[in-house]
Amino acid sequence: MNRHYMFSLIAVLLLFLIAYVGVAAVGLEALFGIIIPYAAIVVFTIGFIYRVVGWARSPVPFCIPTTCGQQKSLPIFKQAKIDNPSTKGNVVIRMILEIVLFRSLFRNTKMKVKEGGKLFYGFELWLWLFALAFHYAFATVLVRHLRFFTEPVPQWLQLLENVDSFMQIGLPGVFLSGVVLLAAVTLLFLRRVLLPQIRYISLANDYFPLVLIFGIAFTGILMRYFIKVDVVGAKQLAYGLVSFHPTIPEGIGAVFYVHVFFVSVLLAYFPFSKLMHLGGIFMSPTRNMTTNTREVRHVNPWNYPVKVHTYEEYEDEFREKMVEAEVPVDKELAPEPEEPEADETSEEKE
Amino acid sequence: MSDTPKPEEILSRSHTPPKTGWMDTPIDIRPGMYCYASNPKSVDYVGLPYPRQWNPMEDDWNLPDNWKEIIFEGMRDRLDRFRSFKVFMDICVRCGACADKCHFFIGTGDPKNMPVLRAELIRSVYRNDFTRFGKIFGKMAGARPMSLDVLKEWWYYLFQCTECRRCSVFCPYGIDTAEITIIGRELLNLLGLNIDWIATPVANCYRTGNHLGIQPHAYKDMIDFFCEDIEEITGVLPKPSLNRKGAEILFITPSGDVFADPGTYTAMGYLILFDFLEKKYGLDITWSTYASEGGNFGFFTSHETMKRLNAKMYAEAKRLGVKWILGGECGHMWRVINQYMDTMNGPADHLDVPVSPITGTRFENAASTKMVHITEFLSDLIYHDKLDLDKSRNDHLKVTFHDSCNPARGMGLLDEPRYVIQNVCNNFYDMPSNTIREQTFCCGSGAGLNAGEDMELRLSGGLPRANAVRHVHEKHGVNMLACICAIDRAVLPALMEYWVPEVDVTGICEMVGNALNLPGQKKRTTDLRGEDLPGMEEEEDADE
Repeated sequence: MNRHYMFSLIAVLLLFLIAYVGVAAVGLEALFGIIIPYAAIVVFTIGFIYRVVGWARSPVPFCIPTTCGQQKSLPIFKQAKIDNPSTKGNVVIRMILEIVLFRSLFRNTKMKVKEGGKLFYGFELWLWLFALAFHYAFATVLVRHLRFFTEPVPQWLQLLENVDSFMQIGLPGVFLSGVVLLAAVTLLFLRRVLLPQIRYISLANDYFPLVLIFGIAFTGILMRYFIKVDVVGAKQLAYGLVSFHPTIPEGIGAVFYVHVFFVSVLLAYFPFSKLMHLGGIFMSPTRNMTTNTREVRHVNPWNYPVKVHTYEEYEDEFREKMVEAEVPVDKELAPEPEEPEADETSEEKE
Repeated sequence: MSDTPKPEEILSRSHTPPKTGWMDTPIDIRPGMYCYASNPKSVDYVGLPYPRQWNPMEDDWNLPDNWKEIIFEGMRDRLDRFRSFKVFMDICVRCGACADKCHFFIGTGDPKNMPVLRAELIRSVYRNDFTRFGKIFGKMAGARPMSLDVLKEWWYYLFQCTECRRCSVFCPYGIDTAEITIIGRELLNLLGLNIDWIATPVANCYRTGNHLGIQPHAYKDMIDFFCEDIEEITGVLPKPSLNRKGAEILFITPSGDVFADPGTYTAMGYLILFDFLEKKYGLDITWSTYASEGGNFGFFTSHETMKRLNAKMYAEAKRLGVKWILGGECGHMWRVINQYMDTMNGPADHLDVPVSPITGTRFENAASTKMVHITEFLSDLIYHDKLDLDKSRNDHLKVTFHDSCNPARGMGLLDEPRYVIQNVCNNFYDMPSNTIREQTFCCGSGAGLNAGEDMELRLSGGLPRANAVRHVHEKHGVNMLACICAIDRAVLPALMEYWVPEVDVTGICEMVGNALNLPGQKKRTTDLRGEDLPGMEEEEDADE
């Protein structure tokens, strides 16, 4: 039993109860349908901007890209233009591949010790695959939800829905994205729980968003395929929120408010958590800088003068030895110190 | 050395973490895994704070009373000055992709050597002191207050990281543990908590121009000694110049190359190359006793110390009035030159854009920093067929190449050394692709950890590299591990002796020196190590 994931499971369960009881027993529809969503959006927006601005306010003193391929040097060597980008354009390509295809994660390997003490590094694409499935499914689900916030629903959205439900299982058609999201989030959770190394590094902060997103997807799927909540009412509420004429239609059902509450909690939690990697990836100096560091000088805004050991100080200390060894010097040896020494020895002799 | 575990013990170490969580697993500082504390005299010589006697094995580290405040202020200051630090503290999702990419984790099995946990050691304190969430939720949010045990953990594990950046290649956000270690060590140095293998070379370098404390007359003696050896082997006596004003090019290389085998053979290689180019094409180059260190252990201390030691390169180039700088084979030296020097101590307006005086090639990629890597320079010469090479003098070698971390991941110098090797010797075999180029494994002793007292750490961390060498040794009969780093040349012999005793270590310029025909040379019957060249002797017999 691990208190980190237990904590997350219990926390999400509690959130569920709060919303469910709040709506079903106490009748706080306005709180969970209007006030909390608005508050969450405010916290998310201000929090997100605050964090990104916070990062941006710290300068980038040194140009420290991680070079993952051949540099640009002589024409005889083929530069790895994307993995070692010397131009801004190639940096943009590197960033796009990083953000859209998780290129670095794609490199992932797994170390194994084979018999006879040989180490072996095999491709390990599961994490990359789960991560990609999770992010794309989530994005698709998010975009699909625009249906609730637009009137009339744009045609391209209809098209997306058609593609997403091309499998045509029953009625209403099953959206693939929702299923993939639920599956991916489950796999990512199980990965954390089952792999000893990953469990060891995981914090409650790592389990909580997974469980919460599971809750969001689960309530969503529940509403669409099983409980069949009043979609018209749901849209009325959602559209009311974005058009700043919030209303609480009758009888949408408590599960809907749980769904909205989960989303609100996720939004409010976002800026304070590791989920900020969404913004942070754009700011990572090892990926978003050009590698032409010897060609173009990078300026450090706080570069300050430091104390150094000058050549003059160096020569002053070693001049005698340098002259003796015939190493060139800037200042010749001063003849004076030798005389008193000679005097002393002559005196001693006397 | 007697306590060093057997290879089988290191190989059979488990990678399954213990039952107790990492925050609840107390620190166990073990001999063989750490380097001795900094000598107060060295710390004091360069004016760094809190020079004093202290011993990592003792409970009391003689810290200043307000040490927590110093760390807190130090962190705040660095969060404001380094976006890298701030972003890397915030965005890790602990996906674990970095875990088994670290040679120290592979070799030791210690979970705190997973890059993610190494960073979490600092992040946990960051969350507690600088984030609201950490303040409210404490341990549940992965936050913990600073304590003496935490500080000791920082020290122990930040000096079990070689800043090799391999994890950063695999991180989906490019989080660079090297950057975190660099800043973490900087914080420790605010309390005088350095290791002596770094602190004393720093003091030496500040005073004498090089880490080993070689004074100018001794430096000249060593160079002269190599020249005599070269004369014995080739019949030609090179006459290099030191501190010569008005030369066209200044040559800077790590002092390790003039100090100990097998680096010294690399130094002889440089001398042979320069002598050849001087006689044949009138190359005008000088060495310097003041800028007699390419490496920079200040880099392992703090950004400021790095800058203070690096300043010599441009200063000496200016004083001597050279046009540009040529740099020798060294790893972290090239990270500093490639990514820091120009920013810290430039712009070098007193220098010209480097142009090879022999081929006329303009090194546009070094247009601002004005410093060229010896293998770039060599590749250009070879491409233009300017060298007179007899590859067969390296026929006794079956060579593989170890990409040093910093030129690989802080520069991208991957093809140049291979091009040179393949043009000076006939037998070259690369190691498996997951262990070379940008995925290269560290020697296990970089970033100032190449001491003697931490041998167990070095041999454990060097396991993945050695394992890949063993693979090509068994498959192709490789007997020579080439590298372009002075620390590699100093530490890989011990690593090879332990894991793959049949393999020796060389610099690239040593092989160039073996192959290069000097004008007026005698019949060459030995390599630069004075060892008989098998074929050449037979030939001699046959001739007679």
